[in-house]
Amino acid sequence: MADTQQASETVIVTIDGRSVHAKPGEMVISAAERAGLYIPRFCYHPRLEPVGMCRMCIVNIDTGRGATLQPACVIPVAEGMMVDTVEAGVKKAQDGVLEFLLINHPLDCPVCDKGGECPLQDQTVAFGPGESRFVEEKRHFEKPIPISSLVDLDRERCILCDRCTRFAKDVAGDPLISFVERGNETQVLNFPDEPFSSYFSGNVVQLCPVGALTARPYRFKARPWDLEAVESTCTSCSVGCRVEVQSTQNELVRLVGIDADPVNHGWLCDKGRFGYEAVSGSARVVDPMVRAGGSLAPSSWAAALTAAADGIRSAIDTTGASSVAVIGGARLTNEDAYAWARLAKGVIGTDHVDAQLDDGLPAGLVQGLPRATIDDACSASVVVLLGPDLKEELPVLFLRLRQAAIEGGVHLVEISPAGSGLSPYAMVSLIHAPGEAGAIGQALASGSSDDVAGVAAADIATARDLLGLASGGTPADVVCVLGRPSVAEPATSVEAAVAHLAPAVGSFKVLPALRRANVMGALDAGLAPGLLPGRTSLDSGRQTFTQRWGSVPPEVGLDTAGILSAAADGRIGALVLLGADPLADAPDPELARQALTAARYVVAVDAFHTASAQEADVVLPVATIHEKDGTTTNLEGRVSTLGHKVTPLGTARPDWAVASELARRLGEDLPWIDETEIWTELESVSACHTGITLDVLSDPAWRDGVPAPIPAAGVTIAGVGELPSGAVAAASDEAAGEGDGGSRAADVGSAPLSERPSPITYSPSAGTPELPVRNGYDLRLVAGRRLYDGGTAVTNSPSLAVLAPGSTARLSRYDADRLGVVDGDRVRVRNARAAHELDVEVSGLVARGSIAIAFGQPDGVAASFIDGIVTDVTVETL
Amino acid sequence: MTVTNPDKIVFARMHHPDAHTLGGYLATGGYTALRKALGDMTPEQVHEEVTASNLTGRGGAGFPAGVKWGFLPPEVHPRYLVVNGDESEPGTCKDRQLLERDPHQLIEGSVLTAYAIGAENVFLYVRGEMALAQERMATALNEAYQHGAVGERIFGSDFSVDVVLHWGAGAYIVGEETALIESLEGKRGMPRIKPPYFPAAKGLYFQPTIVNNVETLSNVPWIVRHGGQAFAGLGGGRATGTRLFSLSGHVAQPGNYEVEQHVTTMRDLIYDHAYGDGIRDGNEFKMMVPGGVSAPWLFEEHLDMPLDADEATANKTMLGSGAVVVMDHTTCAVRAAWRIVRFFAHESCGKCTPCREGTTWLERILWRIENGAGRPDDLDLLLDVCDNISPGLDWPPKMTTICPLGPSAPSPIYPSINKFRDEYLTHIKEGACPHG
Repeated sequence: MADTQQASETVIVTIDGRSVHAKPGEMVISAAERAGLYIPRFCYHPRLEPVGMCRMCIVNIDTGRGATLQPACVIPVAEGMMVDTVEAGVKKAQDGVLEFLLINHPLDCPVCDKGGECPLQDQTVAFGPGESRFVEEKRHFEKPIPISSLVDLDRERCILCDRCTRFAKDVAGDPLISFVERGNETQVLNFPDEPFSSYFSGNVVQLCPVGALTARPYRFKARPWDLEAVESTCTSCSVGCRVEVQSTQNELVRLVGIDADPVNHGWLCDKGRFGYEAVSGSARVVDPMVRAGGSLAPSSWAAALTAAADGIRSAIDTTGASSVAVIGGARLTNEDAYAWARLAKGVIGTDHVDAQLDDGLPAGLVQGLPRATIDDACSASVVVLLGPDLKEELPVLFLRLRQAAIEGGVHLVEISPAGSGLSPYAMVSLIHAPGEAGAIGQALASGSSDDVAGVAAADIATARDLLGLASGGTPADVVCVLGRPSVAEPATSVEAAVAHLAPAVGSFKVLPALRRANVMGALDAGLAPGLLPGRTSLDSGRQTFTQRWGSVPPEVGLDTAGILSAAADGRIGALVLLGADPLADAPDPELARQALTAARYVVAVDAFHTASAQEADVVLPVATIHEKDGTTTNLEGRVSTLGHKVTPLGTARPDWAVASELARRLGEDLPWIDETEIWTELESVSACHTGITLDVLSDPAWRDGVPAPIPAAGVTIAGVGELPSGAVAAASDEAAGEGDGGSRAADVGSAPLSERPSPITYSPSAGTPELPVRNGYDLRLVAGRRLYDGGTAVTNSPSLAVLAPGSTARLSRYDADRLGVVDGDRVRVRNARAAHELDVEVSGLVARGSIAIAFGQPDGVAASFIDGIVTDVTVETL
Repeated sequence: MTVTNPDKIVFARMHHPDAHTLGGYLATGGYTALRKALGDMTPEQVHEEVTASNLTGRGGAGFPAGVKWGFLPPEVHPRYLVVNGDESEPGTCKDRQLLERDPHQLIEGSVLTAYAIGAENVFLYVRGEMALAQERMATALNEAYQHGAVGERIFGSDFSVDVVLHWGAGAYIVGEETALIESLEGKRGMPRIKPPYFPAAKGLYFQPTIVNNVETLSNVPWIVRHGGQAFAGLGGGRATGTRLFSLSGHVAQPGNYEVEQHVTTMRDLIYDHAYGDGIRDGNEFKMMVPGGVSAPWLFEEHLDMPLDADEATANKTMLGSGAVVVMDHTTCAVRAAWRIVRFFAHESCGKCTPCREGTTWLERILWRIENGAGRPDDLDLLLDVCDNISPGLDWPPKMTTICPLGPSAPSPIYPSINKFRDEYLTHIKEGACPHG
């Protein structure tokens, strides 16, 4: 059976006398490479459409009509094809191409960033002529010129392979660089007065096969042979792109995308690529700080830990464990998060723990619905976008879905209070009034002959058709990208839409679009009210975790909004900020300020001197990503390993070590000596991490990460193939529910499956609070995020900080016309809480009656307006 | 001398001063072929007549038109006919005359072809620099629409087709059919990679597309009126019918001439009183470009070669676009080669490395030799660089490039070095051009 299948899916070609099994449709160059025959190339890249223009991969190909010189990158394999890559004529043609590429190349390798890792240099050293036959003057261009604030272009070094331009046009959808002129004068260039301002510009530097495109943050920082590298996962957002982290002399200098087939295809966004600058930035906390005499002063670890523990102990003693609260944790590794969950819930005994900052979704909603992978979304018939602008918040997920919509025939249905980067690729965009996604969900489920929440009935009908909900249709299998499109509307808006849609369609799986790095890992570790590690509820897990931890909190605690309110009311004795900066990040900064002031004791566990940390009583410095070992979990639930590349700045320690030290001072010894022991404990108790052992995590076959829960046996993972046998065995036990741990690999210390608590299920509520009626003169606020904002990573990365656009008032054409304003005009935006003057930006993505102001910009404008479940503002011309 | 003087086919109206108007065209039998085809013939019958005529492409490659039409995959629609009016090969000016002087003939031929192949749309791509041709085509097309010869339900039949005019933006490479298609789609005029090998499979907007030259299509009305056999009765071998030659250079009487293929020789074309009327000023013949500057040069010993594509191939060159450029003994072979290579260097689109870098390199070496800075090694270098663009320096050329533009640059170089090596060496030894 397997053999027959193999035969029908294989084309046999002969390459240099060897019989090679190739996939139908595969290009000769990649079939040869898999067979161990490397054909030189410059323009070919497996993730880009072939153009066959550098001509370096020219080989003799005979399909029965005689051998001809053909580029191996554009000729698909065919049965019986004969390929010769070494014949004298082939070698002469390839040498000729190499000479042509070199005649105008400046050969300035000694001062070129690419020198040492340059395909042109390598090829020349290996096969090139010792001396040039070209005696004429070389081609000259001004060098280098900036094409954006992040990328420099040296056109003299360029070999015109079209990789950067293809990437910009085909992958990023930002065709801002292009060939200009022709023939010998051909050059890559941006358009006049229009920089290559793509969120993905760093990828062209990585793609460039020579040193023509260089990254300004990296220029002249290191020579490739001096670099040390580890594989890791980017934690700029929750997509979890695999990266190689490179340093020299204990300083981070570069991140390079790794082609993880199920995740990032080698791409990174610029925030992820260049955000490493923050690690060695001046805002890092390098020593523990303790408030003394009104101001924070450097302290010893011993004194600071004792002070923090005393603060917590005092709260417990005076007002009970439930007067201790922990906010944050999405910045942590899985191991850190588990350690803090155990400290908070098992040692201290409080359930007022929330990794989200009141800007996400209820943990149950994202944890309790069937989960989709990115690949599931990219192969679904319909993807419902019910969340933020992915281009701004989860950029590489945007790239994957954009490609799926363009090439894979995936139909995107967008339900959002404002259009997004994916709107141009959506079959239909239902841009509704803020807070009213539930009404759209209801209309989609049951039909509507009227316009709903500002969305035309015809558009709803189109979407119903796509979802297979129109009469006579078959309900479609849907993947819903679910997140919070705007912090100025309640999470109940999208939850209600899910409540209507999920039962109506064929199948409904969720790809959570919560943006914070390891928010999914934090939730999986139990850093949310009512949750325990392993996506289990306080009640389901009570027995197991009481056994393991000694105790668990008696009842469900507060989320961040509740914690901040309680603190502001003076009901919180000790508030722990776990890499959280509510003053900058919470939708209601005023409430956050009151909370920090009224909480009796504030412990900030942070790597940076954030605004909130400045207000703390004690600041405990922790190591950042790239400074410690561990694992992280992406939005799919995929667990991948992090690389420890540089030593922590100052005396910073991993968050788990801080938790362990505090636990000891609170009277309980947590038994770990390193993060692997924490992982082993987590794996042994968690219902969703079963089988994801340290061995599995370090298995090269799982290099791209392991989805939790581990897929059932028989599932072939793209890019991995068959699951490793140990994992399959574990997974099949899990699937069969046999509870026999005997056949599982590396199962020492694991709880029998029957003793693992069951995962939570969640029934989304269709109930939404009644929205106030909008005054006809006001506009209702939509507050989504931009990639570059006032967040810690961007602010502390000099190359990125300058890119935060600041707040503008984005208006629909209709409202701009009504107000008589055009792009660039100043207007005053005000409501009862605040007033600001802003520039107008007329946008086709904003609905009539709405105003979009980006949340989280350094000026904090959007947050200053937010005053209820929805926020209305008045716009006045000046 | 075997000069025949058959009735003209595509140039039949050249003596009518108003043949470019609808009135002039109708007065000379215009649109009768289209009426006949739509009234009495099935599309297959029109296709069969063209196949029977053995009409070959007049743009350069010389592929039989009827066979090319047969490459269209059945039942795949929409499909398009693209008329290649981007005549840019130096020395070639025949299509321009057809466009300016007999635009309705081209329209009729295009609509007939669209009928034969079932095309929904015709795109007529006219070279950007041909102002009069553009004006005459646009006017004629308006007239043709009004006359009912183009558009909805042509001449009351069930057949409808639209003709879209498009002006080129000034690139030689767009004469290459896939580059022309890219240009039509609004992109940079750069040839597409192969496969797909033929636009007939995937062409304009990745739909089945036939690209035919202006002169090729201008023959179709005559073939439909008189039958494919009548056309095939002219000429001989596989070179049937008449074809246009643009004769230029050092001849007494340059011009566009319609001659019967196969029976007429190159010597007839250059020396006969009806055509070139000999070398100017009684000078000596030295060399010629036989079919556009992409074609390797021919010399005195080739003068009796019949005007037949197969004969040209046997002589390792081509009749290409029908541009014959004659050069007399006052011409410097190095300078002539340099001038042609300079053209290719200027027109290279820049896509393939060997063409982008190689054509300019060749041009600069030739420039050095012509201007007295040549080195003895330069001839071997020239030939080796040529070989790296067109391995083996054979004809039809092998290519390290996508399209034949790059391999065209060697066409003047290696034949002239082979024939006039001493002239090159004189440049190098004396440090100057002996022709001054």
